[in-house]
Amino acid sequence: MAPFSPTHTAIAGLGITEQGKVYGRSAVGFAVEAVRLALEDASLEPSDLDGIVVNPGLSWGLAGSMGSFAVQQAMGLTDVRLSASLSLGGASAGAMIMQAALAIEAGMASTVACVFSDAPLTAPRPGPGKAAGTASAYAHSGGLETAYGMFGVNGRYALLAQRHMHRFGTTQDHLGAIAVGQRAFAHGNPKAQLRGTPLTLEDYHASRWVAEPFHLFDCCLVSNGGVAVIVTSAERARDLPRPPVHIRGMAQGHPGGDPLETLTSGAVKAGDAAFDMAGIRREDIDFCELYDCYTFTVLVTLEDYGFCHKGEGGPFVEDGRIGPGGVLPVNTGGGQLSSFYMWGMTPISEAVIQIRGDGGQRQVPKHDLGLVSGNGGVLSTHSTLVFGRSAS
Amino acid sequence: MTAGAPIPAIGRDLEPFFAAAAEGRLTVQRCVSCGELRFPARGLCASCLSTESEWTPVSGRGEVYSFFWMHQVYHPAFAGEVPYAVVVVRLEEGPKMMTNIRDCPKEELRVGMPVEVTFEKRGTDVCLPQFRPRDS
Repeated sequence: MAPFSPTHTAIAGLGITEQGKVYGRSAVGFAVEAVRLALEDASLEPSDLDGIVVNPGLSWGLAGSMGSFAVQQAMGLTDVRLSASLSLGGASAGAMIMQAALAIEAGMASTVACVFSDAPLTAPRPGPGKAAGTASAYAHSGGLETAYGMFGVNGRYALLAQRHMHRFGTTQDHLGAIAVGQRAFAHGNPKAQLRGTPLTLEDYHASRWVAEPFHLFDCCLVSNGGVAVIVTSAERARDLPRPPVHIRGMAQGHPGGDPLETLTSGAVKAGDAAFDMAGIRREDIDFCELYDCYTFTVLVTLEDYGFCHKGEGGPFVEDGRIGPGGVLPVNTGGGQLSSFYMWGMTPISEAVIQIRGDGGQRQVPKHDLGLVSGNGGVLSTHSTLVFGRSAS
Repeated sequence: MTAGAPIPAIGRDLEPFFAAAAEGRLTVQRCVSCGELRFPARGLCASCLSTESEWTPVSGRGEVYSFFWMHQVYHPAFAGEVPYAVVVVRLEEGPKMMTNIRDCPKEELRVGMPVEVTFEKRGTDVCLPQFRPRDS
């Protein structure tokens, strides 16, 4: 048997449900629809599936503890040979692809659906009061921190951004440049929730504070919906109508340490490992889809992949370098800041679209190699994928 | 702080911490096995995995390690407080504490600012450590 290579596997199908303030549907329902759409896209039947890997979002509740089985049952599948639910936060989606590729390469399964879905937004109640589409699921707190008014995850990243600003001179303009660049990309994405809502740097500065130094537009959206991909052997993918998206490199990195202190993600090690596996150099990357729970996360991830030195992410993102027409296009569908928030599936889905050349108005000119990051917790978990238009 | 602000539930792990706070002393956990100081309270030392620990007094002095201004209202008691600062203080002895800042105008709060502990009554029974600027 030839040594393991992820390039023997490929993504053959992509399914994206309606995204955003879509009420009255369950997370499991979104997952099943996303898998169905991905199968259709791949020209495959449900009966072709023998693997299901699920990353249950916050609203899955108890069903998430056996999320892949819930999807299997909902789809009436009776011959599943790989089943797993992964919980690494925003790094889960990348880890799902890895799990699928490993299982396919090991001969455990042939055709694996990887799916994320969530429905944390609740419909507005009639009358005054709550705004539309509130997502109280993200307002968690606990223990002593509640007494100090520490709620949710916005503040945890804001604490790190403040440190970055203090140590390296990163500015609000730097964070704003990321938000503005991604919004410009979102205008070419029909699925983007903020398509058609222009954002200038002035608009960014004028937007309300959420967790200062984070403005509203430093923070990702919250979305109801689902995204699935179908992973299969590269050989099989080549026989299907859609262009295969080859999995060229994959790695994880989880550096641990104090979440109040870390300014460095697992991208440092995982990036190099994935580049090595793919047999490429960083300079070969044509575009990036980087996990963007916050603008700040993009800045740190660019540093950690070595596109610039640690601390120089701010100046790096200025002058349109990462926006439309820039030398390193980043988050070409608008990312989670401007398109939709499907955790790690947002960057993966956009990378599939770009590699295939399906990006329409937002298609980047060179799309042979795409770099995809996933990030969970507070720079706590990390996944890296390298996708290629060709297998080598 | 507005009436109705959340009063921390004092579990068994934090009883000694709040007992000391009621007497105006700030304490952190100390691993009996390797001496590592830690906060918040944990059952296990991340350096040596020992489960043996004790509470030990610290100076109450430190500096602002980082902070952010919370503008969102997640709890009705904080509605009149926003924006308020959530601050991470690094104590002279090393551990970090999440806290708020007192007696400090918004424009003066900065990373590296020397601070000291002060205690604030929360409800009838709880003394909550808070921090305020000090002369360096």
